[in-house]
Amino acid sequence: MSTVMAKAPAVETPFLRLARDFARSRTALAGLAVLVLIVLAALLARWVVPQDPYDLAQLDILDSMLAPGSLGGGGWTYWLGTDDQGRDMLSAIVFGLRTSLLVGVVATLIALAVGVAVGLLAAYAGDRVDGLVMRLVDIQLSFPAILIALILLALLGKGVDKVIVALAAVQWAYYARTIRGSALVERRKEYIEAAQCLALPHGRIMMRHLLPNCLPPLIVVATVQVAHAIALEATLSFLGVGVPVTQPSLGMLIASGYQYMLSGDYWVSLFPGLALLVTIVAINLVGDRLRDVLNPRLNH
Amino acid sequence: MLVFILRRLAQSAVVVMAMSVLVFAGIFAIGNPIDVLISPEADEFERAAAIARLGLDKPMHEQFIRFVDSALGGDLGTSFVHGVPALGLVLQRFPATLELALCAMLVAVVLGIPLGLWAGLKPDSLAGRVIMTGSILGFSLPTFWVGMMLIMAFAVTLGWLPAGGRGETASLFGVPWSFLTADGLTHLILPAVNLALFKLSLVIRLARAGTREVALQDYVKFARAKGLAPSRVVGVHILKNIMIPVVTVLGLELGSVIAFSVVTESVFAWPGMGKLLIDSILQLDRPVVIAYLLVTVLLFVVINLIVDLVYSLLDPRIRLGGGRA
Amino acid sequence: MALRDRHWRDRRLADVLRSGIVKPLLPAAACLALLAAAPTPSQAATLTVGTSAEPSALDPHYHNLGPNTRARKHVFESLVSMDAKMRLQPELAESWRAVDETTWEFKLRKGVKFHDGTEFTAQDFIYSVCRIPNVANSPSSFTVYTKGIAGIEAPDPHTLIIKTGKPYPLLPVELSTFGIISAKAAGGEAVTFDKAGCKADSWPTTQAFNDGSLMIGTGPFKHKSYTKGDRQVLERNPDYWGPQAAWDTVVFRPITSDGPRVAALLAGDVDIIESPPVQDIERLKSAPNASLAQAQSNRVIYLALGVQDTPPTITGTDGKNPLKDPKVRKALSLAVDRDAIVKRIMMGVAEPANQYLPAGFYGNNPEVTVATDANKAKQLLAEAGYPKGFQLTLGTPNDRYINDDKVAQAVAQMFTRIGVQTQVDATTANVFFSKRNKQEYSVFLAGWGADSGEMSSPLKALIATPIKEKGYGTTNYTSYSDPELDGMLDTALATVDDAKREKLLQAAVKRAVDADIIIPLHYEVTVWAMKKGLSYEPRADQYTLAQKVTPAK
Repeated sequence: MSTVMAKAPAVETPFLRLARDFARSRTALAGLAVLVLIVLAALLARWVVPQDPYDLAQLDILDSMLAPGSLGGGGWTYWLGTDDQGRDMLSAIVFGLRTSLLVGVVATLIALAVGVAVGLLAAYAGDRVDGLVMRLVDIQLSFPAILIALILLALLGKGVDKVIVALAAVQWAYYARTIRGSALVERRKEYIEAAQCLALPHGRIMMRHLLPNCLPPLIVVATVQVAHAIALEATLSFLGVGVPVTQPSLGMLIASGYQYMLSGDYWVSLFPGLALLVTIVAINLVGDRLRDVLNPRLNH
Repeated sequence: MLVFILRRLAQSAVVVMAMSVLVFAGIFAIGNPIDVLISPEADEFERAAAIARLGLDKPMHEQFIRFVDSALGGDLGTSFVHGVPALGLVLQRFPATLELALCAMLVAVVLGIPLGLWAGLKPDSLAGRVIMTGSILGFSLPTFWVGMMLIMAFAVTLGWLPAGGRGETASLFGVPWSFLTADGLTHLILPAVNLALFKLSLVIRLARAGTREVALQDYVKFARAKGLAPSRVVGVHILKNIMIPVVTVLGLELGSVIAFSVVTESVFAWPGMGKLLIDSILQLDRPVVIAYLLVTVLLFVVINLIVDLVYSLLDPRIRLGGGRA
Repeated sequence: MALRDRHWRDRRLADVLRSGIVKPLLPAAACLALLAAAPTPSQAATLTVGTSAEPSALDPHYHNLGPNTRARKHVFESLVSMDAKMRLQPELAESWRAVDETTWEFKLRKGVKFHDGTEFTAQDFIYSVCRIPNVANSPSSFTVYTKGIAGIEAPDPHTLIIKTGKPYPLLPVELSTFGIISAKAAGGEAVTFDKAGCKADSWPTTQAFNDGSLMIGTGPFKHKSYTKGDRQVLERNPDYWGPQAAWDTVVFRPITSDGPRVAALLAGDVDIIESPPVQDIERLKSAPNASLAQAQSNRVIYLALGVQDTPPTITGTDGKNPLKDPKVRKALSLAVDRDAIVKRIMMGVAEPANQYLPAGFYGNNPEVTVATDANKAKQLLAEAGYPKGFQLTLGTPNDRYINDDKVAQAVAQMFTRIGVQTQVDATTANVFFSKRNKQEYSVFLAGWGADSGEMSSPLKALIATPIKEKGYGTTNYTSYSDPELDGMLDTALATVDDAKREKLLQAAVKRAVDADIIIPLHYEVTVWAMKKGLSYEPRADQYTLAQKVTPAK
C-alpha cells in the first residue's frame, strides 16, 4: 500500500511556479512558440494571407490545380499551389487552421467539462449514481461518431458549430470514463478520507482534492483528444459530412486533396497535412510538459 | 459477484431500449429511405406502392410499436435495401470486423506496451524521444490518409501486399476467417496496421505516463533498494500498476475499434460490419443500423463487464458492486 | 510523394511464394506506372472486376438499380437488349413488330437453354412479368416497366402477343430492362398472366436468389458463389446460345472508394475497374501498363431553378422569387461557363451539355444551344430589377455524381461573379434527396440518366407538370408548369412512328431548354480502366459486362 503525502502549500503563486517549471524544457518552449505563431496566424488570417478563400468572388477555377510557385490570374504567386476550385493553398491552410483549431479546442473543452463533471460525480457518489452514469457512458460510447454526426447534421444542418457539438458529444464519455477510473483509486486513499473526516463540503473535496490528483491521466487523454478531434473532423469531411465545402477546414482540405494523391498533384493534401502535423505536434509538446508540471507527484 | 453481473445486465437492457428509441427517431428524422432507394423513373403510384411494401406509410409511433413487437420475438426487421433479415446481415459481417479489430489490438498491445515502458523508464534518452514523437504522428494523421499512404507504399509501389479485400478464407466453427490462410493473412496486414496506429499511440502514451509515475513511487524505490533485479521491478511492480489505465482504455478501445473500423474498412474494401453500417446510414436502411447498434451495445456491455472484472483483479482496492464482492 | 524513377520489383509476396516466379525488372516513368504485369494468355481465364457499387441483392426483380442490373445481365437475359450505344438489339426475342397501335408480336429464340438444362419458352417470360409485382420488400420495383402491359398470350411456345392499354411505342425499350427467370425452377409453369394480379401459391423469395438456389438464367455466365460485401463469382456457361465469353471465371469485387479502386488496379489485384476518378485519368492514360475505355453516358448534370411563390433558399429580394422572371433564369444560365467546368473540374472527362441527352441519342435536337456571357447576364439581372443581385443557396449531393460538390462550387463562383452571392449546401445523397423532394432548395444540382436512351425520359420526369396519372413530373421539384409542353409530350408519347415521334420530341426539348428551368451543365463520361492487353467496348448505359471484356488480339 503506497502512502501519498498531501503537499505543503507553495509560497509563490501557483501560476508563476507553473510557468517557471514549464520553461525548464526547451522543446516545450519551442512547441509553445510554434503554437503561439499558429494561433496568431489563425486569428489574424485575413491580414496575413493574400486571398480570402471563403469569398467565392475571389476564386477563379481557371486558376485551379496550379503547382506551387505558379503565377495566378490575380497577379500574385501561389507559393503552395491551388486546389480544384482555384483556392490559394496558403490562404486556405491558414483559414483552415483557424477552423480546425476552433473545432478541436472548443469541442475538447466542452467534452472535458462535461466528462469531468460526470465522471467525478460518478466516482465520488458511487453505487447507484455510478451505475447509472456509467451505463450512460456505455450508451454514449456505443454510438459511432459518424452516426451522431449524421443525425445531428440531418436535424440541424451543416456548419462549424454543429461539428463541434457532434465531436463534443462523441468525446465526453472518454473523459468521464478515464477520470472515474483514476478517481475510484484516489477516493480510497487516506487524504480523501482525512478530508471527509474533517467534514469538508463534498464540492470542495471533489474540486480541490480529488480533481488535481486525477488530472494527469486526463491531460494525457485531452491532448490526444484535441488532436483526435481535429483528425475526426477530417474523417467526417472524408465521409461527406462536416464543415461546409466553401469554408474548408484543414481536415476538409486533406480530405479533398486525398482524391489527388494517386494523380501526383501532391500539394493539395501534402501541405494541409503538414500544417496539421506541425500544429498537433506543437499542441502535444506543450500538453506533455504541462502534464509533467501539473503532476504533484513528479515535482521534486 | 453474481448480483453485480445481474444488476449490470439489467442496466444494460435499459440502455438498449433507450438507444433503439433514439436511433429510430434519429433515422426517421434524416429522411425517407424511399427517396434514396427508388428509381428516379418511378411514378407516384410506384412510389406509394414501394413505401407501403416497406411499411413506411404508417406514422412513426406505429412503425416503432411494430418494430418493438417483432424485436421481442427476436426479429429485428428486414433490411429496406437488401430485403433480407437485418440481424443476419450484421452477424454475417461480424467475424470479418472482429478479426480485424483483434489483430489491430494485438498489434497495438504487443508493440505499444514495451515501447511505452521504454519511453517511460528512459524519458530523456534519444529512443524515448523518438518513440514519443512517433506516437504523436500516430494519432495526428487521419486514418483514411494513412490507409491510402500504406496502400500507395506497400501495394502500389512495392507490390508486397494486396491493396484491399479479404482474400482467401478458411472455415473454423462454420465461420470464414482470413487469418487461417496465407493469402488471407497478407490481406489482413495493412488494414490491421492502419486500424492499430491510433491505438498504438494511445497505448504508448498511457504506458509511458504510468511508468513515469509508478517508477517514482515509494514501493518501487523500495523494491529497487531491496536489490530486486531490474527486470523483476519492471515486469512485476511497474507493469502491474500501469495496467489499470491501459486495461480501461483498451477495453474501451476494442469496442471503439469495432465501431470505428468504418473508415479502415471502406479504404481497404474490407467486408466487415463497419462498411455495412456506413452504407446503411447512407441509404437510411434503418433496420440494419438498429441491428448493428444492438449488436455493438451488447458487445460493449460484455467488454465493460470484463474490464471491470479485470480491474478488480489488478487492483484489489477497487471493490465491485455494493461492497460484497 | 515526388514522382521519381523507381524500379518495379516483383509482384506481391504471396504470389511470389506461391509461384516462385520473379517478374523481370521494368523501368517505369512514374510510380503510377508500376502496374502488375499484363496477363499472359494462359492466365486469361479469370477476370476480376473492381466495381464502384454492389448490387443490393442478386434477385433480378428486387431493385431497379444500376449495380443490380449490371449483375443481372450476366446471368439473366431479357427479350430485348441494348448495345453499347443503347440501340435496341434482339436477345431472347429474335424479332418483334407492332401488329397495330396496341398489339406487339415477339418471336422468341429457339434452342435457348437455362443453366439447369431446361428450355426457354414463352411461359418463362409470362412468369417473370407475373412475379415482378410480387417481390416482397422491393424498394424500387420493375413494375414501372411492366404496367404498360395489358395482356400477354402465347399462341405457341416461341411466340408472344403483348397487348398494351394505349399506344405504347416504348414497349420494346421497357422489355429490355428486366431479366427473365426460369418458371420451371420457381414452380410457376401453370401461372397465367392477369392484369389485375397473377395467381400463384407462392412467389420465389429474394433470399433464394442470394443463396444461389434460383440463380438459373439463360445468360453467358452461371452463378457460382456470392459473399455479400466481398465478391460474386461467376462461371462461363458452356451451353450459351450466343458467342462464348473469353473468361472461365469472373469475380466481381465491390471497391466503393475511388482511390483504393484505382490502387487495386495498379497493384494488380483486379483486371478492370469501373469509373476511376477523373483526376487520375491523365495519369492512367500515360501509364504504360494501363488502358482506358470511355464513352459518353446517358446522364446529364443539370441545375434546377425553382419557381415557388416563396423561394426556400433565396434572400435579399423581400420574399419575392426572382427566378419567376425568365430574364433572371436566363442570366443564371448565361453565367455558367460550361467549358471551364468540364476542363477544370471534370479534367476534360465530360462534355458541355446544351440539352438533356448528347448528340446521337434519340430526340437530340441539333438546333438547341446554350451560351455563356457574363456581361449579358449582369445586364439581364439589372433589367429584371436586380442590379445588385441577391443571395442564393445552391443544394447539391456530395457523393452521388462525379465531383458533384466541386461542380456546384464552381457554379457558385460563377453566380457570385455576376452578383448573385451563392452559398453551397453540399450533403450526402440521403439528406440531399429528402430535402430536395420536399422542395427545400430554390436551386439544386442533380443528374438524370435516361435509362431508355431517348429524350422523352428526361422531359417527362424533370420538367413536365407533375400529373400522377400520366407519370409526369416525377422528379420535377421546381413547381414549374407549362401546359403547352405537356401537350407536346402527350402527342409524342402516343406516336408509334419513330421518325415522327423524334421530330415531336426535338420540338419539345427546344421549348424546355429555352425556359431555363432545367439548365444543362454537362454530360458525364463513363470511364473504365483496365490492364493493358484487355479491351472493352465502352457503354453509354455505364454497365460493366464481363462477356464484353476481351483479351486484345
